[in-house]
Amino acid sequence: MQIDEATVRHVARLARIKVSEQETTSLKRELTSILQWVEQLGEVDTSAVEPMTRMGEMKLPLRKDAVTSGDMAEAITSNAPLTEDHYFLVPKVVE
Amino acid sequence: MSNSTSGNSTNGESARSELTGLTIAEARDMLRAKEFTARELTEAHIAAIEAGNPALNAFILQTPEKALGMAAASDARLAKGKGLALDGIPLGIKDLFCTKDVRTTAGSKILDEFRPIYESTVTQNLWDAGAVMLGKLNMDEFAMGSSNETSAFNPVVNPWRAEGSNQPLVPGGSSGGSASSVAAHLAMGATASDTGGSIRQPAAFTGTVGIKPTYGRCSRWGMVAFASSLDQAGPITRSVRDAAIMLREMASHDPKDSTSSDAQVPDFEKALAKKVKGLRIGIPKEYRMDGMSAEIEALWQQGIAWFRAAGAEIKDISLPHTKYALPAYYIVAPAEASSNLARYDGVRYGLRVNGRDITGMYEETRSAGFGAEVKRRILIGTYVLSAGYYDAYYIKAQKVRTLIRRDFDDAFRDVDIVLTPATPSPAFALGEKSGDPLEMYLNDIFTVTVNMAGLPGMSVPAGLSKTGLPMGLQIIGRAFDEETVLRAGQVIEDAAGRSPAPRNWWSVSSSSSATTAAPKAAKKASAKSGSGTSAKK
Repeated sequence: MQIDEATVRHVARLARIKVSEQETTSLKRELTSILQWVEQLGEVDTSAVEPMTRMGEMKLPLRKDAVTSGDMAEAITSNAPLTEDHYFLVPKVVE
Repeated sequence: MSNSTSGNSTNGESARSELTGLTIAEARDMLRAKEFTARELTEAHIAAIEAGNPALNAFILQTPEKALGMAAASDARLAKGKGLALDGIPLGIKDLFCTKDVRTTAGSKILDEFRPIYESTVTQNLWDAGAVMLGKLNMDEFAMGSSNETSAFNPVVNPWRAEGSNQPLVPGGSSGGSASSVAAHLAMGATASDTGGSIRQPAAFTGTVGIKPTYGRCSRWGMVAFASSLDQAGPITRSVRDAAIMLREMASHDPKDSTSSDAQVPDFEKALAKKVKGLRIGIPKEYRMDGMSAEIEALWQQGIAWFRAAGAEIKDISLPHTKYALPAYYIVAPAEASSNLARYDGVRYGLRVNGRDITGMYEETRSAGFGAEVKRRILIGTYVLSAGYYDAYYIKAQKVRTLIRRDFDDAFRDVDIVLTPATPSPAFALGEKSGDPLEMYLNDIFTVTVNMAGLPGMSVPAGLSKTGLPMGLQIIGRAFDEETVLRAGQVIEDAAGRSPAPRNWWSVSSSSSATTAAPKAAKKASAKSGSGTSAKK
């Protein structure tokens, strides 16, 4: 798989990371070499194999649908860059 | 020791270095025997950090006041004869464990001055057992790296240097601060985490013991997430016994982590007493890789000879999908990382850089906050999860993962543990491999299979290279059978002797030679000195 600069910019946009022209050039090269390297997985016949979705025999536990904690708006917003009255403030989303 | 610690020492510095040279097991027993106080032990470590950290950069945040407060509480319990399992033991904490009100960065700029409002389950377990927190340890950014060079807080330096050389070496990664601090006697033990080898590779590079337990053994709650199906916490220590002691306290069933196991946590220390006679040791032929150094090959053969001498049975086995573990890992881990790291958006915590609009704010924040390796992995992960590629990459890798686990399941029908080298080489120089991501990734070639299969694995120091650098052997066990892994690790430690301390070049106030080991430990070590490359008895 050969990654071009347009693909790097597209993927960076999806990942919400701004990349400079210089970064785009080096990422094109690095992503291409990593993706070419993982292509060796094509040698493995996996036609009759289920993908691993959990470890061993582990089962997802169930619990009662109950409130276990809460009432901590002050603590939750304490690390935010910008807040008002326990709301997170962001740039205007809807005009 | 008892003379120098009763307060009448004429040489405070050497008394302190004797204290910092103890193992956790020794210090625990001596604290209970009131040979010294938790305060003295903690002060000795605070002094060692002050003297050594400028050169090693292992700690990125020191918490001496907190440590002394915790030590005082330990002393109060110890005085009443009610000492807890780790009472008064000073530990370093890898900076991806959230610690309440204490800055937690995961080695990244993007978390900025983040102060968690909660404590991770693993660290809470340690404090509940009486341990003392010395501070937060440097690491590769978001645990992505094998040399601790991707940290936003500058690289960690390995206390070990090649003989006759002053060239700084990497401590391995991502738990480089954990490994360096423990090897240099700045902490008695440290928490670490392992997604593809991040406990075992730095342990091998620094002559320390590192165990990654079975996936699910330690709660991931409050650990900054990298790849959730692979991440697992474990300790780095200076002896196998210490690893057993720390792991027992770190492990627990935690309802707050749905992947945390409710399997009973055994007394791992007790397991060390059992002999290995008759234990079946598997030697996988696929780990004999092209380009592996002759020294590592010789070390592996030495390990086999030690087990044979201890009465174990050696069996050749095959793990046919070994070579595919690393490429599969570099799909699964970045995919999970790209999803986990989506939370760093400049809204709820950490760094914010303003942009044209809200999307611009996300893009500017993530561009400024993440380092190059983290960006690379997020982009790989985003790519392999994107429309049209999901089946070809992610599902394919998860299928290969099933085959890797099946290889081990098959092997463990015939053997009880698997013995391999821990790393393809001893520690390399700072900057030596940072230019080529793929070359760096190959560091994890022997360790990553274990994460992909969710099994326990441990690196134990087994000898020194020709240039005097530590090398480790890896023991892999069945799921939830850390007891056998630790028991086998003890065989290597008994045969090789505990790793010697590196020559102390890093302490600004200390005049010269090696951090002195405690008399008891020194005697033990000297009885086996030079045995790093010779068979037991």
